Amino acid sequence: MTIPSPPPRPSLDRLLASKEIAITCGPGGVGKTTVAAATAVMAACHHGGKVLVLTVDPARRLADALGLAGIGNAERRILPEWFKEAGVTPRGELWAAMLDTQASWDALIERHAPDVRTREEILRNPLYRNISGRFVQSHDYIAMERLFEIHSTGAYDLIVVDTPPSRHALDFLDAPRRMAEFFSSRLLRWLIVPYRSRVITMASRPFQQVADRVLGTQFLTDISEFFILFQSMHAGFIERAEAVVRLLGERRTTFVVVSTLESTPLAEAELFSEELLRRHLHLGAVVLNRTLPDYLRDPEALATASALENRAEEVATRLDTDPALTAPLLREVAESFINFSLVARREAE
Amino acid sequence: MTQASGAPVGLFQRELLFVTGKGGVGKTTIAAALAQLGAEQGKRVLACDIDATGGLGAMFESGPTRFTPSQVAPGIWVMSMDSEASLREYLKVNLRIPVTGRIGPLARAFDFVATAAPGVREILTVGKLCWEVRERHFDLVVVDAPASGHVVGQLSAPQAINDLVKVGQIRSQTDWMIEILSNPERTGVVPVTTPEEMPVSETLELTDRIAAETSASVVAVVVNRVLPELFTTREEEVFEQLRTPSRTAAISAVLGGDASPVLEAARLAVSMRRARALHLQRLEARLDPAVPMLLVPYLFTRVGGLRSTRQVASALADELGL
Repeated sequence: MTIPSPPPRPSLDRLLASKEIAITCGPGGVGKTTVAAATAVMAACHHGGKVLVLTVDPARRLADALGLAGIGNAERRILPEWFKEAGVTPRGELWAAMLDTQASWDALIERHAPDVRTREEILRNPLYRNISGRFVQSHDYIAMERLFEIHSTGAYDLIVVDTPPSRHALDFLDAPRRMAEFFSSRLLRWLIVPYRSRVITMASRPFQQVADRVLGTQFLTDISEFFILFQSMHAGFIERAEAVVRLLGERRTTFVVVSTLESTPLAEAELFSEELLRRHLHLGAVVLNRTLPDYLRDPEALATASALENRAEEVATRLDTDPALTAPLLREVAESFINFSLVARREAE
Repeated sequence: MTQASGAPVGLFQRELLFVTGKGGVGKTTIAAALAQLGAEQGKRVLACDIDATGGLGAMFESGPTRFTPSQVAPGIWVMSMDSEASLREYLKVNLRIPVTGRIGPLARAFDFVATAAPGVREILTVGKLCWEVRERHFDLVVVDAPASGHVVGQLSAPQAINDLVKVGQIRSQTDWMIEILSNPERTGVVPVTTPEEMPVSETLELTDRIAAETSASVVAVVVNRVLPELFTTREEEVFEQLRTPSRTAAISAVLGGDASPVLEAARLAVSMRRARALHLQRLEARLDPAVPMLLVPYLFTRVGGLRSTRQVASALADELGL
């Protein structure tokens, strides 16, 4: 496991001691999941209490990062024996859960459905299976929804959330609001009305005609049936989405932006930090992952490397090793330093 | 190190290549390099940016790209996918419904339907790409596809729509798309990875998912940022001897500066490379041997722009035996 270099300023450790929710976010490929896992391990080791690390993880990466198989939708404790094997004695407990989007949606429907019949019909609707399973943004929504649910049980002192991979790092912040907007949309009514009453209103006629030609009636019937069923859960959904948005903005929630020092991820991370501030969300820490050691940027060391590159033969003759083998070796060592120092200096920019 | 069994069966004979992979592995660079190589083979190439971040255009140092392809280099055109514009084009071409400008209701209706019915956005994206292939506007379409998980949604969208929509115009449209996507001689998926733990795991999972959930085929795997082999075993022994304090001091004395950070950096490079080699082996062991693995070396220069695109393209050309 890669341990991220600790930020030098007010420590991540202290930040975690005073928060209930820490959300790691940032561009793809920077090691968000690893940082989330390491953060949770650190919190469990240094502070008391129960720490949960939560991820929506279509790629099962958290399991990889924590080195375990078999964690799933329900929270599971990381056994103290495993810590002992690694030579660590945690003060608190570490739990992990990896959200299964489909199972979480089903649970959500069960909670919100007004009666058994509606519930069964929704769960059977082909469109529902498709939305909950494949619809990419549904990961974003379900992550925030489950976070809210688990947090409200009060079972954990700290919840570390690894945000789902998405096109834009910010998608998950908007997911609850979008979901709420979606269910209160006027267009939703356009879609539903004609199939319910079989009366096409003047306003919806052109839309219906195009939709009919393109999509076919059966599909539209499936859509409308689905939304008629969903309407019965409308209020519950909106209320819930609003509560999730509120929770994200509270003082007990903090965001940890993760990035590497490469230019593209860094630019995205900067944008993300600005966006958090604009929304008055708490940016608690920035974790820069996979940084190269400082000595690579030392100008004196670079000068020495250049000297070594030019004078490899001379140096080799002064040593008690085989000069024929040592000289090319020294040159390679010098070149390697120069290459990596280039990368390190670029990172420092 | 490995090289595929012979040259991969005409990577550039195919008409549609989806370049995908975990975020941050250099997908866009590889997509640009493949487009460049395609053009060098005398093809008219369309490179399509799905995320509309403009990254692909930047690889050719062109200005912002739009839905309408613009030529950025000899034989290379770049476009940015826009599912709404794709819908407008579809309506115009297929239903002869002219849609001019961003009429409010249509835009809203589209947003709504796209959100409501999953697969709609994907089908418009994939549909546009397949359409370009079918109409033969270009010889090769290279797609800078979204990160791993999403590409499966796109590739399976026509089938998903087919399962949902039993009749109607859409149905007849998805049939020919499936035909293009499921023909391995026409369409291929090219996952990009780096020799690191998470990207390799995700690539293996992606290849499994593509096989299980889509009709498309993985035709090559590109391993980006492979670190050069620093020492042979014999050299490594000597290197270890050099790292003893007395010899390090001797080197420092000749050079008039402390040589220990320079030696330390080489040790770091060796251990980084060694860790990466393990992931590379894991990838190779699990990957279908018929799928060629193309290795692109770590570029110590700045990434982005024509220079790095050409460098990566020539590294790929070497691997492909072009």
